[in-house]
Amino acid sequence: MEEKEIITTPDEEQEYVINMGPQHPSTHGVLRLLVSLKGEKVKSIQPHVGYIHSGIEKMCESITYPQIIHLTDRMDYISAHINNEAVCLNVEKALEIDIPDRIKVIRTIMSELTRLQSHQLWWACFGMDLGGLTCFFYGLRDREKILDIFEETCGGRMIVSYNCPGGLMYDIHPNFQKRVKDFIKYFRKILPEYDQLLTGNVIFHERSRGIGKLTKEDAISFGVTGPTGRASGFSCDVRKHEPYSAYDRVQFKEILHTEGDTFARYIARIDEMWESMNIIEQLIDNIPEGPFAVKMKPVIKLPEGEYYQRVETARGELGVYIISDGNKNPYRVKFRSPNFSNLSVLNHIASGFKIADLVAIGGSLDLIIPDIDR
Amino acid sequence: MDKIQLGEFIKSLASDLEIKEGKQYLEVTVPPSMLYQLARQLREKEEAQFDFLFCLSGVDYGSDLGVVYHLRSTIYDHVVVLKTRTSDREHPQLDSVADIWLTANFHEREVFDLLGIKFKNHPDLRRLFLDNSWGFPLRKDYVDDINIVYK
Repeated sequence: MEEKEIITTPDEEQEYVINMGPQHPSTHGVLRLLVSLKGEKVKSIQPHVGYIHSGIEKMCESITYPQIIHLTDRMDYISAHINNEAVCLNVEKALEIDIPDRIKVIRTIMSELTRLQSHQLWWACFGMDLGGLTCFFYGLRDREKILDIFEETCGGRMIVSYNCPGGLMYDIHPNFQKRVKDFIKYFRKILPEYDQLLTGNVIFHERSRGIGKLTKEDAISFGVTGPTGRASGFSCDVRKHEPYSAYDRVQFKEILHTEGDTFARYIARIDEMWESMNIIEQLIDNIPEGPFAVKMKPVIKLPEGEYYQRVETARGELGVYIISDGNKNPYRVKFRSPNFSNLSVLNHIASGFKIADLVAIGGSLDLIIPDIDR
Repeated sequence: MDKIQLGEFIKSLASDLEIKEGKQYLEVTVPPSMLYQLARQLREKEEAQFDFLFCLSGVDYGSDLGVVYHLRSTIYDHVVVLKTRTSDREHPQLDSVADIWLTANFHEREVFDLLGIKFKNHPDLRRLFLDNSWGFPLRKDYVDDINIVYK
């Protein structure tokens, strides 16, 4: 047998590679990070994705437009409603259908409720990642109230499928307005409690300030959008830049921070929760009368061409790119998912920090894995 | 700059461009040999400054394979859609833009994984979702015996 040469390297050059995931509580799903370590410091991170790749883009090519909506629920399942809306808006734009105001307003309220519950879940998990288990209970307790509102109106709790091309599946429940108003009243009191529990905590500050800095230039180059991008000062709120649904008739601030570290990303999301509540309050008493859906042809065929629609999900910019050849199935559908671009920045911002900081940085990116794998 | 001015400006950057005013965005079709040069100019020229590549999609056009780049300038807020095609289905190869826009790194790996388009000078061209035993699922001639995907 041939004898193998044993290579020895000095200690300081030795690299230790560990697998974080695919089953790891802080990766929030089936994500594997191949982390090269030098001592406790992270040298580089290679994300390995695709464990739950389900070929949604391929499946879309063999189904009709109303069916696609149900697949988009399964991408970013925490902001399912906004994904649905993106496809619906794109189809409506292609067919040049005027959507009544009632639908627009209801869609906007639902989107903002979705954003609220998404940020609540993120806050709950982020607190837990950093060792504060109480956050998890607080966050999920309040999120449950929004899910109950969804259940009453849409039938589903998380995967709502409430949109359809031309409007909504059914009208809102008679209790909807009252329950939403009750919730906002309740949550305005509760949100300062979140601050007391985590935002002002010294240990939390130590673990998040100055950790995982992302500059504005890098955020733009990596295509990092959503609260993560805005925490670095990248003005990327699609609701402001290309208003859709009823966002052009409400007053709200685009939350921008300049620090770009984990703490800024945290504060950006907390601030967004306040803004979401403002938007809902402006609309909830002014839902116009009218139909909840426009009558559509039984078979929806898009005219030949290419259509692109951007929306702002809870995690960033979702783009739906449809190429139609005039049939009832699309020729090609591409989903530009926010998490996909946000993940690509992880190696860049987490290198050089300790492995415990990687958990904080990963948590602050708020990754949803099925949205990356699609 | 509005769509027409932008079209005129891009026309002055390179020859052989096919510029179409699309329904939504300005669409520019560029031959593969000119792609990298034009992309770099669009990123760096003072008047253009397309610094945000917000979507990169691979498309199988039947006879050709192509890549579509959606570019936006965060300074001027204008958008252009770059398109390029290659007719070589056996060994399709295009220039990588991963050193111009860092987000292209992952997006090009995805296109390579699902459509089999190779990107020249890509820093780390490996498959992203699937392993090497798979074909290229987003190609129109892909046959899936197990799941019987049909149209």
